[in-house]
Parts: sequence; structure tokens; C-alpha cells
Amino acid sequence: MPSVSAAREQTLARSTACRITGRTIALVARLVSGYSVRWIDCQPEMSQRIYFANHSSHLDAVVLWSALPTKIRALTRPVAAADYWGASRWKRFLAESFNALLIDRQKIKVHHSPVEMMIESIGDIYSLIVFPEGGRSVDDEMGEFKSGLYYLAKKRPDLELVPVYMDNLSRILPRGEVIPVPLLSSITIGHPIFLESGEPKADFLRRARQAVRQLKEL
Amino acid sequence: MTDGSVAGGSWLNYPTLLLFATVVIVLAIATLIARYLSRQRNPSMNPALIERFVLRLRVWWLMCAILIFGLLLHRTGTIVLFGLISFWAYREFITMTPTRRGDHRALFWSLVVLTPLQYVLIGIGKTNWKIGYGETFDSYNLYSIMIPVYATLFIPALIAVAGDSKKFLERSAQITLGLLICVYSLSHAPAILDLNLASSDGHKWSGSNAGLLFFFVLISQLSDVFQWSWSRIGGKHIVAPEISSTRTWEGCIAGSLSAGVCGGLLYWVTPFAIWEAAMLSIIVAVLGFMGGMTMSAIKRNRGVQDYGTLVIGHAGVLDRIDSLCFAAPIFYHLTRFFFAIEV
Repeated sequence: MPSVSAAREQTLARSTACRITGRTIALVARLVSGYSVRWIDCQPEMSQRIYFANHSSHLDAVVLWSALPTKIRALTRPVAAADYWGASRWKRFLAESFNALLIDRQKIKVHHSPVEMMIESIGDIYSLIVFPEGGRSVDDEMGEFKSGLYYLAKKRPDLELVPVYMDNLSRILPRGEVIPVPLLSSITIGHPIFLESGEPKADFLRRARQAVRQLKEL
Repeated sequence: MTDGSVAGGSWLNYPTLLLFATVVIVLAIATLIARYLSRQRNPSMNPALIERFVLRLRVWWLMCAILIFGLLLHRTGTIVLFGLISFWAYREFITMTPTRRGDHRALFWSLVVLTPLQYVLIGIGKTNWKIGYGETFDSYNLYSIMIPVYATLFIPALIAVAGDSKKFLERSAQITLGLLICVYSLSHAPAILDLNLASSDGHKWSGSNAGLLFFFVLISQLSDVFQWSWSRIGGKHIVAPEISSTRTWEGCIAGSLSAGVCGGLLYWVTPFAIWEAAMLSIIVAVLGFMGGMTMSAIKRNRGVQDYGTLVIGHAGVLDRIDSLCFAAPIFYHLTRFFFAIEV
């Protein structure tokens, strides 16, 4: 694990070049997705967190990242698919600007799992944005959660797990389309959950999924 | 481009500024009264009603500020302002109507291409560009038909090409009707700026078209207020309880007549005679009523529960301008038909 100061230095090095692009991306994401954010039983805080959300569009990661307050945004890294965001130079540049952590879904190695990479990369200052479904849901119904969230919670039980429901982004940029249509969307951020001691994996994942689904009704 | 030669006389003349001032003063007085009432805690007054009044006042202040700001930015500023309002309203409209993945291309065309294009055409206006037999290009000939003719045929075709037949007719209707109401109709409000007008006795009118536009928006908003107030005071026969529980026939009729009186009193901003201003105001008010009913029906139809959560904090642009959308093209065309002259 890198030390705190190393991570801070990294943040500072990024800040000069990427802050401007980052801000621009946040602004464009806001204009295109027209999101409104609601914090329900949860406050925006600087503490280390894992935001986990439903996944229906390639825009999800960047929009949720943009919707966080600026200070928190600077310390939050969305986990995104390397096969999409690393596909071209332009996309890689964008991903770097919003501080994405690119995970290659095709080449998952046993000795260096994505969960280990995530924990390494956040040190003890960054928060993460993850999409536990692993891929975009095909219809409106959310897919089952992959176990990554469970292992994250197990290795770092101190992190708050914050459920997020993102609505309407699948209409703004659906599967298979390239150009987004700037409709309105909404983001609901709910009460943090934790992994109970001794809670079985399947139970926890079901509970986490339920936490996101509940926000849809609110 | 017509930028140098604004239709009518000066951009903002003395009567127009006087009208701005009047509206601001009336709003200020209303705000003071609202402050007084909310401090009073009078048991006979309904506190929820006062709260709603205060909220409404805030919206009116905002609308008034935005409109005057746009008008101060001259012709281009006003057109851009209405373009942005159209865009936002149409965005709300589409967000709240169920479309399917197959509509994506059609939505892109209508929201990202056609909406700005309509306002670009309004902005172009009369030009010196030669076309055909020594005629010059007047974009009116294009913007008055682009959406109702070309877009209305083009959009269903686009949806058909996408290959999803489920609820095809409904989806086509949603997208084209939204475009017609939010974009095409509203774009006739800034188009008022380009009319060359004469009073009905044949004298060329040297007043301010910006003032006429402000007059139109003001009457349409006033008629909303009057209809709502008269419904509350003396409303007995609800027009359609399934659609709207607050709109009554009494409110519609008394409200429209009150708007007519206001329009008559404000005739000095317009090229119209007193009775003409009153008649047009009544027409604007009746169309506003139709607009309100239609948009309520659309809201009821899509079911508040299903889409209500989507635009929290944003719902409202469409609610505020529904009467304006319906009245704009009719007001424009009546004015054009009876008062416009060739220059």
C-alpha cells in the first residue's frame, strides 16, 4: 500500500494539468445528463467511502463522479471498464481526467485481482465508485451483484458503503448508441451500509442490491 | 441579416420601459403584501395559500427578470433566451414521456438538431440573399413549416427505420407533439420581433416590437393568475375533474374577460386600438386555458407516480409556459394577418 504522502503527491501532480479538464468534464456531464442529486439519510462527507450504483449506461461513472461536490470529487475514483475507456487515446485521456481506475474485465488475474488493485489504488484517502453488476443491465431490471463489493467490504471494513440509484441514464446513452441525447436524469444517494460480522456473501450482496433498489421507489 | 434594421421603431421605447416599471412596481407591492400577510398569522387566512402565493411570487420575479434581461440583450439575446426555454421544456417533456430505445435517433434529431435549428431560422429572418427570380430569402417561409411538415413526417420514419413496432403510433405522437408544442409554438413568441406593423387605420407603427412581445407574455401570465383566482373565488363548475381539479368554467370566462380588460388598459404599448388589444388578450387567455388543460391531460396520462421522481427540483418550466406555448402562434398569426405590412 502506498503511503499517505505518496498518494498526496500523486494528487498534487494530477491537479495542475487535470483539474481544468476534470472541471470541464464535470460541467459537460452536468449539461448533457441534466441530473438532480438527492442525498437521503446521507451527507456528502470527505471520509473514505465506496459508492456503489446500478449500471445502465457508459455515462454512469462520469456522471456520478461529476455529481459529487468538488472537494469530494477530487478524492473519488470511479472504477470503469478498461475495454471501453481504454479503447482509444481520446477516451483514455478523458478517463485520466476524471481520475478513473480502469479495470480490465477480460484479463482478470488470480494473483492480482481487481479488488486488490482497487484497495491499492485508494490508499487511505481516496473513495471509489463501483458498479457491482459488473456490466450494464440489459433491461430496466438490475442484474445480480458480483462478489467484488463483498471482498472490498471484507478487506476494508472501515469504509462506508453508500448505495446510489441512477435513473434515466440508459435513455440518455443507451447500449449500442454513440451520441447521447441530453434528457434529464436523477441521482439518489442513500444511507450507508456495512458488512455485518459473519454475514454470508450471498446475504450481503442481496442486501446491498436491495439498498440500491429501495432508492428507486423514493 | 436583419440585425441592423429592427422591425418597428426603436428597440425599447418609452412606453415599453414604462410597462417594465409598472410590472416591477406591481410585483414589489405584491411582495410587500405577501410579507405582511405571512407575518400577520391571521386565523382566517389559510397559511398554505399564503405560502403558495409567496412561492408563485418568487417564480414571477424570476420570469420577469429573465425576460427583461433577454430583451435588454436585444434581438439575438431574446431569440437565444426563448431557444433555451424551448430546449429545457422539450427536455422535460421527453423525460416524462415513456420512449423506447428505438427512439434514440429520433430524439437526438428533434432535441439536438431541430430545436436549435428552428431558432437559428428565426434568427436569420429576412435576408438579402438572392434566390430564384430576384427574390430574397425570408426564413419565415422555412421556419413556419419546418416542424409541422418536414419534422412530423421525418420523425415517424426515423422511428420506423429503428425497427421497433411496439407502441409505434404513441411514440411518434409523443415526440412530434412535444416538438410542436415546446419548440415550434413557442418560437413564434420571439418571431413577433420581426413583424413590421401598422395600426388598423393604416399608419405605420413606430413602437417597439420588444414591448409587444413583453405585452403578450404579460397578458398570458396574467390570464393564468386571473383564471386561477376566479376559480377559487367563484368557481362552481369544474371543466374536467379527471384532468384538472382546479380549472372551472367560471374561472375560464371571468379570467379571460379580466385579461381582456388588462390588455385594453395596456393598449398603448401595442399597435392595436383599445378594443383590438382587449379582443386579442381574450384570445390569448382562452388559448392559455386550452394550453393548461392539454398539458394537464398529458401529465395525467403519463401518471405522476411513474415519472414524477425524475425531475425533482426541475419540474416546472413546462408548467409555467404551457399557456404561452399555445397562445404564441395564434397571437403571432392574428397580428401578422391583421396588422403586418410589407416594407
